[in-house]
Amino acid sequence: MNFDKELDAKGLNCPLPILRAKKALAELQPGQVLRIIATDPGSVKDFAAFAKQTGNELMGSSENNKVFEFYMKRK
Amino acid sequence: MGTNPEITNIEDIVNRRLAELLPQKIEEALREREEAKTPSLAIIATKGTLDWAYPPFILGSTAAALGWDVTIFFTFYGLNLLKKDISDLKVSPLGNPGMPMKMPFGPDWFKGINWNIPNLIQAGVPGFETVATMLMQQTIKNNGVASIQELRELSQEADVKFIACQMTVDLFGFHHDDFISGLDYAGAATFLPVAQQADVTLFM
Repeated sequence: MNFDKELDAKGLNCPLPILRAKKALAELQPGQVLRIIATDPGSVKDFAAFAKQTGNELMGSSENNKVFEFYMKRK
Repeated sequence: MGTNPEITNIEDIVNRRLAELLPQKIEEALREREEAKTPSLAIIATKGTLDWAYPPFILGSTAAALGWDVTIFFTFYGLNLLKKDISDLKVSPLGNPGMPMKMPFGPDWFKGINWNIPNLIQAGVPGFETVATMLMQQTIKNNGVASIQELRELSQEADVKFIACQMTVDLFGFHHDDFISGLDYAGAATFLPVAQQADVTLFM
C-alpha cells in the first residue's frame, strides 16, 4: 500500500503510539496516508477506536511476527 | 354551540401525523447534536506518587488526541505533578500489596520472581522507597512506557487545560514559581462547572 509518511512506534507503549500518530497525521494533508509500525499488542484495538473517534480512516492493518502495521488516511 | 365535524377531523389527522413524526424528528435532532458536540473529559488528580502520576496524564493526553476537550484539576498531593522538577516523584510498595515487586534486570527466570517483602522490613530498611522507585523507573523504561515529563508535555501541547488548586498551594506552602507555566490557579468553584458540562468526569 502506498503511503506518504511513516511512523516507527516500535517498542513504544500505550498511549505513545496514538499520541505520536496524532502528531504525524497533523503534518499530513487531508487524504494523505500514514504508515504506522508498532509492537504494542494493545495498539490494534486502540488504532481502530482512534480512527472511529477522529474520522481518520484506518485503511488497513496487518500483523507479522508481533509487529503491527497500520495505514491511516488523514481526514 | 356544537363543534364543526370537519375541524375535529383535521385536528385528529394533524395530531396523529405529529405523533408519528415528532419522536423521529427529535431523535434525529438529538443525534445531530450529539455528533456535532466535542466530547469532554474532566479529571481530578489528587495523588502525588510516580505510579499515580500516570493515569491523569495518560487519559488526558489520549483524550486530547481523540479530539476531546480535557481539563485536569490538580489538588492536594496531585499538585506535585505540576512541579517544574518531577524527577523526584516516588513510588512506595509499603502497604501496597497490589504492586508486583520484580527486578527489571537479569535473566528471565530472575525477572519473573515476585519478591514478597513483608511491610515490617520495607518500613525498617532505610532507602527502601528510593530503591523501589529506581527499579520502577527502570521497568518503565524497559517497557517503552513514556516518562511523566513526556506525557505532561504532550498533554500541554495538545491543549489539555491544567488547573492548580490555589487552596492547596497555600496550604502546603508552595509558590507559583515552583510550578510549570501555563497553569490556571483556581478553586472548586472553577472546576465544578467544567465537570458539570463534561461527558466524563474521573477522580484519581
